[in-house]
Amino acid sequence: MPETGHDHADSIDTPSVLSAAHFGALLQAIRNEGYTLVGPTVRDGAIIYDEIESTQDLPIGWTDEQEAGHYRLKRRDDFAYFGYVVGPQSWKKFLLPARRRLWSSVRREDGGFTIEPEPLPERRLAFIGVRACELAAIRTQDRVLMEGSFQDPYYRAARQGAFVVAVNCVSAAPTCFCASMNTGPKVSGGDLALTEVVSPERHYFLVSPQTARGQAVLQRVEHRAASDEEQDEALTHEARAVSQMRRKLDTEGLPELIAAAQGSAHWQRVAERCLACTNCTMVCPTCFCSTVEDTVDLSGQRAERHRKLDSCFNREFTYLHTGSVRESGAARYRQWLTHKLSTWHAQFDSSGCVGCGRCITWCPVGIDITEEAAALREAVDQS
Amino acid sequence: MRKKTLAVFKFASCDGCQLSLLDCEDELLALAGAIEIAHFPEASRAVMDGPYDLTLVEGSITTAHDAERIKHVRAQSRTLVTIGACATAGGIQALRNFADTAEYLSVVYARPDYIETLASSTSIASHVTVDFELRGCPIDKRQLLEVITSFLHGKRPSITDESLCADCKRADVVCVMVSKGMPCLGPATHTGCGVLCPRHDRACYGCFGPVTAANTGALAERLFQLGMRKDGVKRVFRSFNAGAPAFADESRKHE
Ligand code: SF4
Ligand code: SF4
Ligand code: SF4
Ligand code: SF4
Ligand code: SF4
Repeated sequence: MPETGHDHADSIDTPSVLSAAHFGALLQAIRNEGYTLVGPTVRDGAIIYDEIESTQDLPIGWTDEQEAGHYRLKRRDDFAYFGYVVGPQSWKKFLLPARRRLWSSVRREDGGFTIEPEPLPERRLAFIGVRACELAAIRTQDRVLMEGSFQDPYYRAARQGAFVVAVNCVSAAPTCFCASMNTGPKVSGGDLALTEVVSPERHYFLVSPQTARGQAVLQRVEHRAASDEEQDEALTHEARAVSQMRRKLDTEGLPELIAAAQGSAHWQRVAERCLACTNCTMVCPTCFCSTVEDTVDLSGQRAERHRKLDSCFNREFTYLHTGSVRESGAARYRQWLTHKLSTWHAQFDSSGCVGCGRCITWCPVGIDITEEAAALREAVDQS
Repeated sequence: MRKKTLAVFKFASCDGCQLSLLDCEDELLALAGAIEIAHFPEASRAVMDGPYDLTLVEGSITTAHDAERIKHVRAQSRTLVTIGACATAGGIQALRNFADTAEYLSVVYARPDYIETLASSTSIASHVTVDFELRGCPIDKRQLLEVITSFLHGKRPSITDESLCADCKRADVVCVMVSKGMPCLGPATHTGCGVLCPRHDRACYGCFGPVTAANTGALAERLFQLGMRKDGVKRVFRSFNAGAPAFADESRKHE
């Protein structure tokens, strides 16, 4: 997949070793380029993404325990910086914020009104710790919001300004299934790709610059060429993530299969458990749907239009003059799963799912997209 | 142009919702400039006769007298908006709907024969046509302003019928049900409060009442899995919005 908005370095050299002690210097070097750092940090019992200042803000020594409908923050027995998998938030928080003003308007003396457009975001962000599935999710949203017939200038500005430090997963959560979706766990892309090695003896990062600007930043920090042994150790760490991955999604002929399953009785079975609460779409790093909301002040002098993320689980999402098109929970669950795994292909040339597992973990009742897809496959096979 | 008139009427309630209007300190002056307060006994002595352009009704119907009075209020109101859980679902006093009122009366009052009350507490909409229902116990003052402003300028209020979870996620709040196992009513609850409780590490107890088509059964199932017992599940659905059909029906399943 082509990386949008970045120049690839002409040659990718041998990976370098950056000691954990110098990780802070790397962050500083990125800041010196004018970026605001955003990355993982512990808040309210989870690892979330927010502005960070230094290494100290990282979730050092923390990890996440995940299962369907279950997440717990846990202590690790080491001091890994990236020793967790993924949390409730994704980089969508910064690229496609849940709420954004689109314009405001002010009434003029002559009775007309003047529209004030919303300026494009100027802050350039550096994303620290982007996982393989998340990189794939960003590329998926690129296709939707930058490369299709609908172009989102705010997304584009935020996206093209961003510097990406990708991190290879060295462990997988029980909810992950990126290997099935062909999106991970090894990263490809970003500006720098890192593998964190933590053992009782050492703590270092194997760093591979992916772009010229990634290379340039690395040059400003103390590092050295990796030995064969260090490279092997990093590979062993990466292999752990692959071997730990438990969940699978059989993608063979899946778009057609789900298209054929539209009349299945299975949708109703899921709907009996589904709360139509929108959590799965909200946490999904590829879901992009939004609605607009208009507000006026009391005097009627000033109006604003905001865009906010919406979800196909809301009845109002398809509200037309006679009511909601997808009134039943079954119709709404069907829309979500069908869009993710079937119609997305026709629309954007890829799956709408990157296998990050967030919708499984953060579903309050633990509905699992991989299980439901498998159940549909079985239902279609039997009919 | 004549200023539009506003009236506020109270039925069985605690006053909290109408006081939200006075709580709009920053906007109160602008509000007084934009609308004429024609009937609002809590706030002003001036009591003008109707008809009123916009009437806010707080409280539920618990007496035969009020069941008549609300018809007169409706007849005097061009647009009638109910505010709060009492007016839209019967309020906490709807707990009587699940009990024997006569028995309560005999236990609580020395002379029960002095008390004239209905056996149930019901929403305003079960007596007269309502143009808009604003949820909450109490209502959210930003939403109240949105309703009044939208009414004044002829737009649809930006008030969404979706579960609290949607706003909880938009606010980047970490889900307390998934991350801490707290029994949260958010998935079945109408949004609007600004995600007050999960923001403060508390589970939602449903004070904005059920979202349309709430799957309370599946949520109850989850509450059991999280360790809540039958009586607890019955009670979470039986608070300020006990009288809302979705919550009332669910609570009855766990009697
Ligand atoms: S559908 Fe679920 S697993 Fe797939 S990308 Fe979205 S949140 Fe992740
Ligand atoms: S799954 Fe639903 S919310 Fe997500 S992109 Fe598709 S229609 Fe939108
Ligand atoms: S699948 Fe789960 S997260 Fe998604 S709407 Fe249904 S209950 Fe909510
Ligand atoms: S904390 Fe409650 S309201 Fe928020 S997402 Fe979780 S279940 Fe929904
Ligand atoms: S979170 Fe729930 S209980 Fe708390 S204020 Fe909001 S609606 Fe009421």
